[in-house]
Amino acid sequence: MSLASRLKRGGAPPLFPTHSKGGMPSIGDRLRSRFGSYGFLAPAAVLVTLFFFIPVVIILVLSFSDLDAANFGTLQWWLPENWSLDNYAKIFNNKFFPKILGNTAFYVVSTLTLFNFSSALIIALLTTHVERRTGFFFRVLWLLPRLTPSVIYIMMWQRIAARAPHGILNQLLVPLGIGTGGNLLQASPWPFVILVNGMIGASFGMVIFTSAIEAIPRDYMMASKVDGASTLQTIRYVILPAIKWPILFVITYQTLSLLTSFEQIMLLTDGGPGLYHTEVWALTAYHRALSNYFGNNQWGYGAAWAVILVIIGVIAASIYMRVFKFDELVEEPKIDLL
Amino acid sequence: MKVKLENLSKRWGKVVGADHINLDINDGEFVAFLGPSGCGKTTTLLMVAGIYKPTEGNIWFDNQVVNYMTPKDRNIGMVFQSYALYPHMNVFQNISYPLKLKKVPKNDMRERAQRVADMMGIGHLMDRRPAQLSGGQQQRVALGRALVKEPQLLLFDEPLSNLDARLRLSMRGEIKRLVIELGITAIYVTHDQVEAMTMADRIAVMKEGKLQAYDPPDELYDQPRTLFVAGFVGNPPMNFLEVEVSRKNGDYHAHREKFDAIVPTEQGEKTAGKGNVIMGIRPEDITISDEGVGGEIYVVEPLGRDDLVTVQIGEAIVHVLADPVLGLKMGQNVTLDFSTHKVQFFDPQTEKSLLWAE
Repeated sequence: MSLASRLKRGGAPPLFPTHSKGGMPSIGDRLRSRFGSYGFLAPAAVLVTLFFFIPVVIILVLSFSDLDAANFGTLQWWLPENWSLDNYAKIFNNKFFPKILGNTAFYVVSTLTLFNFSSALIIALLTTHVERRTGFFFRVLWLLPRLTPSVIYIMMWQRIAARAPHGILNQLLVPLGIGTGGNLLQASPWPFVILVNGMIGASFGMVIFTSAIEAIPRDYMMASKVDGASTLQTIRYVILPAIKWPILFVITYQTLSLLTSFEQIMLLTDGGPGLYHTEVWALTAYHRALSNYFGNNQWGYGAAWAVILVIIGVIAASIYMRVFKFDELVEEPKIDLL
Repeated sequence: MKVKLENLSKRWGKVVGADHINLDINDGEFVAFLGPSGCGKTTTLLMVAGIYKPTEGNIWFDNQVVNYMTPKDRNIGMVFQSYALYPHMNVFQNISYPLKLKKVPKNDMRERAQRVADMMGIGHLMDRRPAQLSGGQQQRVALGRALVKEPQLLLFDEPLSNLDARLRLSMRGEIKRLVIELGITAIYVTHDQVEAMTMADRIAVMKEGKLQAYDPPDELYDQPRTLFVAGFVGNPPMNFLEVEVSRKNGDYHAHREKFDAIVPTEQGEKTAGKGNVIMGIRPEDITISDEGVGGEIYVVEPLGRDDLVTVQIGEAIVHVLADPVLGLKMGQNVTLDFSTHKVQFFDPQTEKSLLWAE
């Protein structure tokens, strides 16, 4: 019987026959025959239901209600008669809605293209084309921002951007006559928001791309060189097509990850300076629901922001799969047909 | 194109890949690099291809040193053991890849790729992916890709090792014919001595990075320069016996415990009085006869055309190819005739031939 058909039949026949002494079924065998594979699925199923599925449903229901710190305890938010689309209307009528949407798009697109994808790919290509130990050393360096606790990491960036004479960047720039010596985070926050997130984000793609590149058989690289390709041509015609799948994965995963990440921005600028200058969608959801300026946590309203973010993420992911021809990537090899 | 390797060495720290290789290849010659795995034959080939840079020595293409020339400027074609066909490209794209890199115009490219594919008998498979091809077809695509840019030098890295036995036999003949017809200089790396013997004009036998011999196949077979070459070339392999040669009553005799055979004068003169020497004799050169050295048959293995008979003579074991008509049986006593002019002698210390030393 093939593995696939065994799996389809579910529970009953164990994949690996167990041998117990004296013909008595072991405890494992008895459990297996009584509960089948469901017993083994249960722990994971409980975790997913409790901490993923139920919260999603709650958030969705919350987003239709007007629950906030003021009516908490009195509003029966779970009852359909208290549901409406008011929160959604409020979001689209918010005068900062275009600003926040634009910020989010700008933040995700620039961080992804400059760092999480491009830098990751460039680091992976460079470190796989040099001597092994040197490559490893540089990859470890790039992992440091990810390993540093966020608060400390952000404090270091604030020191880098601080005003003269304390700021590290200003100590270089002011003697050269560049800038006014003021706090650089105030003057131009966006480059810092992108750098801060990008330096962390690049290491993810770097690790994935490096292992994908190293898994390409060396014969392909040699063949390409002998066929007359320069290093750049080998990258373009042999390496990139071979790592198409990891590229799709990194871009999709990192887009979703950037869309929902806000802790670095919260610690660095908290959406400022000024009104909504670097406020992104996820940060808005957090601010509305959990950190309202006036102390009135609008849980329902914040949930609505979060739900829209999820919809944006799903749309983005399905566009990527269309562009990268996901169906073809998972297509079964045709060798069996011959 | 002529190729010359001059004192060519490749080392990685203390690891020696190739050790002072000297050989030259004539224009249009088909040369095989033969040796067991790890002998440096592929290392040497990759230096010729330009993938590895030599640590020492020079590679000459005609009158030019190419040590630091990149592979793409060398105008070579190469066939790999794994074929290394790009999995995301179809047959046409694989074959035309070298032309695309050369920026050959589209129409010209299509025509040349088709011509090569037709020559290889895969012209009808142009839009298949490598995964949709059989091993033999993949092999042809790999050959086509190597030939399409009309290289001056063809390199083969164990190209037949991944094919099944029957296909290997027919591809062997095809590659030989193709290379001769095109008149391209070719280097063929293999660990299979039959491939080397059947295909090459000259064979370079390598061991532990060193060139052991560089001779035409028949010379390699009949006049092996070293013990290693004698043992490596030929199947079933040559028998080796430690003997002492001396002159008795005008004849030269090789003798050891329970063993005494007459040695032709030519060989006897070069080996008599040198103490213990190693005598080498091929299984097909020993005959079962009425008189000679007596021994007992240890086992008989029928090979079809011959029986491979293992005979125990005292402590020594000797392999003999015998006519199946004789109907030899295990345990039977036989007498073997060792008197052949093809007998070889080697110095046990230097392992060099005592007959064909340069």
